[in-house]
Amino acid sequence: MNTFVYIDHFKGNALPASWEALGVAKTLGTVAAVIFGSGMEALAKTAFEYGADEVLLADDVSLADYRAEAFASTLSAAAASRTPDLLLFPTTTRGRELAAMAAIDLKTGVMVDVIALEAKDGKITVTRPIYAGKLLTKETCSSKPQIITLRGRAFPKPAQQAGKSGTLTKVAAVTGDFPTKVEGYAESGGGVSLTDASVIVSGGRGVSNNPALTPPGGLDEKQAEIWKAQQGFALVKDLASALNAAVGASRAAVDAGYVPYTHQVGQTGKVVSPDLYIACGISGAIQHLAGMRTSKLIVAINKDAEAPIFKLARYGVVGDMFQVVPALTAAFKKRLGK
Amino acid sequence: MKIVVCVKQVPDSAAKVVVENGKVTWGDAPLVINPWDEYAVEAALQQKEAHGGTVTAITMGGESAKDALKHALAMGADDAILISDPALSNLDTQATAQVLSAAIQKIGGVELAFFGRQAIDGDAGLVPAQTARLLDWPALTLASTIKVEGDSVRVERAIEEGRQVVTAKLPAVFSLVKDFGEPRYPSFMGIRKASRAVIPAWSLAELSISAPAAVIAWTEITNPPSREVKCDIVTGGSPEEIAEALADKILAEKVL
Ligand SMILES: Cc1cc2nc3c(=O)[nH]c(=O)nc-3n(C[C@H](O)[C@H](O)[C@H](O)COP(=O)(O)OP(=O)(O)OC[C@H]3O[C@@H](n4cnc5c(N)ncnc54)[C@H](O)[C@@H]3O)c2cc1C
Ligand SMILES: Nc1ncnc2c1ncn2[C@@H]1O[C@H](COP(=O)(O)O)[C@@H](O)[C@H]1O
Repeated sequence: MNTFVYIDHFKGNALPASWEALGVAKTLGTVAAVIFGSGMEALAKTAFEYGADEVLLADDVSLADYRAEAFASTLSAAAASRTPDLLLFPTTTRGRELAAMAAIDLKTGVMVDVIALEAKDGKITVTRPIYAGKLLTKETCSSKPQIITLRGRAFPKPAQQAGKSGTLTKVAAVTGDFPTKVEGYAESGGGVSLTDASVIVSGGRGVSNNPALTPPGGLDEKQAEIWKAQQGFALVKDLASALNAAVGASRAAVDAGYVPYTHQVGQTGKVVSPDLYIACGISGAIQHLAGMRTSKLIVAINKDAEAPIFKLARYGVVGDMFQVVPALTAAFKKRLGK
Repeated sequence: MKIVVCVKQVPDSAAKVVVENGKVTWGDAPLVINPWDEYAVEAALQQKEAHGGTVTAITMGGESAKDALKHALAMGADDAILISDPALSNLDTQATAQVLSAAIQKIGGVELAFFGRQAIDGDAGLVPAQTARLLDWPALTLASTIKVEGDSVRVERAIEEGRQVVTAKLPAVFSLVKDFGEPRYPSFMGIRKASRAVIPAWSLAELSISAPAAVIAWTEITNPPSREVKCDIVTGGSPEEIAEALADKILAEKVL
């Protein structure tokens, strides 16, 4: 099978799920990594090291910023002339959008956010979660090329082999009168990205519930609650930094203004699948579970023994997070030599 | 300004969805407007409030899907259209996009078309970009702010790295992220208006298209393997003792 793997990147930094997709493609046959951008030599080199047999490179100033219309047209033109059997994308914002558009151009469909796949006689059957992971479906596509986006962290990242190389093929950027113009970026605050994180520590509404705290004078009720929540969230962040983890949150914590939406885990937030997920003061509503149920090891700290989160957790502490979380941070620091 | 918002009816997010005898069921949980589409309705209404015009809600589905349209009407949409045809069942996203783009073209003169970012049943998140591609309009998906000025628009789009600021010419397709702002609740007057609304139904004949063919097939739907976890509740004489024991157990799992 001949596969195109779209390497999603921002300013030359590839999103890790791109390499996972490359690893999957390698198990199916020959792989051309598709790289669009401006000044992409280093990324092309890395793609060879992750196993690409060939790199299809459109290196052009007109592609310096991602624009769906220009990228999709360039991709569809390359796919139309080379007729790969399969187009693989990481399920990232750009990957999903390009897959959607390429499917229209190439008159085919997309199997999106796939967590497992098998190929037989050139035909792929995928498995993917639907209804927020409450069900799994197997899907096939009756037209060619087959287009698939792979959920991040659902497949192993291949080993990087320094110095490995392959065929570099230049592809012309489709330039045209595209209707969109990129004016600039507002980058987010950094830290470990939730969807790529192997460890996540999350806080819920419970972070504001420490009766022992007295907020400074002069705050109204809402401000006092947020102040309390920030003290609670600081404990969650301390534990996260001791574990080099990303910080997550429930929707209740986001809606109450304790943390920005970018931290929300769940059906209307991010879907994550870390090796370790520690939930602090989160009840485990079905919409929250939808975003983290596939985590390898789940640990819950909640003062209510009946909280539904304990049904999914391997280890639990029934207790006050204001006592348990800082103690856990100290215990890990000691063990991890920090 | 002519504004369209595409809404879909889905089982409530709290529904216990399971497969029984090969069929997806959700007990007596209600069917509701897709939660993401409420953001789309909100965005459509805000544009109407800023620039005048009309908001038309459309859905493709069975007769019951009118309830999702009624929710949009109750929030403040001016009118609604149901697209319903026996040939339109089990469509995949590209086929759905073909129908919706045909409907948007038939309405004619549309400048803004709003979509939810993702339908919470199929969890695809493809229809907005696919409809845009078919219409040959810019796809301004995952927008958190939208500013229309004359025939152009400026949006901030949520990307993994933060936000991308994009300008484009209208007409355009939009989908929204949660940062856009919470959707309004239906008003009492709105609910009364919606309950009396007569919603026209368009068949494929009205759209002058033949039934688009699905290429993606769901060959088997299953309940996920139940996570046979028994929670080990860690206890101890003090928070410190509990934390020490818990840290040891987590480290023994070799996930760090
Ligand atoms: C359409 C829709 C989409 C949604 N999407 C999402 C989503 O993406 N993500 C999401 O998270 N939710 C989502 N929700 C909301 C969800 O239903 C719940 O309301 C939310 O997850 C609750 O958050 P929580 O667990 O922090 O708060 P609560 O349910 O209020 O739970 C707080 C928990 O903290 C515990 N607690 C309190 N004090 C302490 C203490 N001192 N120490 C330890 N424990 C303590 C309590 O026992 C309780 O279990 C959605 C809802 C809808 C309708
Ligand atoms: N049958 C439909 N009728 C109207 N709008 C739809 C339909 N299906 C999808 N949409 C729109 O497309 C968005 C994304 O859907 P999807 O790509 O299926 O996740 C939804 O939030 C709706 O705005």
